Amino acid sequence: MAHHTLAALSVGAVMAIAGCVTINIYFPAAAAEKAADRIIDEVWQLKPGETPKAGQRAPAAAPQKEKQ
Amino acid sequence: MSRRIGVLAAAGLLAAWALLALAQANLEINTPAIASLQASMQQRHAQLSPLYDSGAVGLTRDGNVALRDANAVPLAQRQPVTGLIAAENQDRAALYREIARANGHPEWEQDVRATFAQRWIQKARPGWYYQNASGAWVRK
Repeated sequence: MAHHTLAALSVGAVMAIAGCVTINIYFPAAAAEKAADRIIDEVWQLKPGETPKAGQRAPAAAPQKEKQ
Repeated sequence: MSRRIGVLAAAGLLAAWALLALAQANLEINTPAIASLQASMQQRHAQLSPLYDSGAVGLTRDGNVALRDANAVPLAQRQPVTGLIAAENQDRAALYREIARANGHPEWEQDVRATFAQRWIQKARPGWYYQNASGAWVRK
């Protein structure tokens, strides 16, 4: 019983520490994209989530789902 | 006693995960410095927007703006436009730096810049010019 607890405790500790290291090392790309979108919408006065509408889209632009 | 420790460990683990999820869900952008840069850029956009439309100014691949076609700007306006571009790039650099700093990671500045570079281009209006990965100007 004590062994199990100790094992669980160690696993928990290792994962918690790994989690902290993750926070410190990796750049949160998805969160940064969201933040960038919010700021750009504000600076360019776009409605939130608005993607440019036009008759033609540049072929070089990445295809994107139309959000309504 | 040992069961109690186990429960505590599980709770701690859950809390760590929750914190991790929270930390990755959002970046802090609600600081006075960021708000004032945002306001300054928003104001400048009224002058930059027609320059994007005419193709005189384009969005660079590194998250800045640049003079793309000087001929699209009347001679008398070239100096003010150059100043406008310099001011915009100064604000953008400060914005990227401030976002990285506000989140406790000044070393993220280049990542923030790269993210913005993509998003500016993604959100650019059709007809505006941007630089592709090799630096060539492309009309959106």
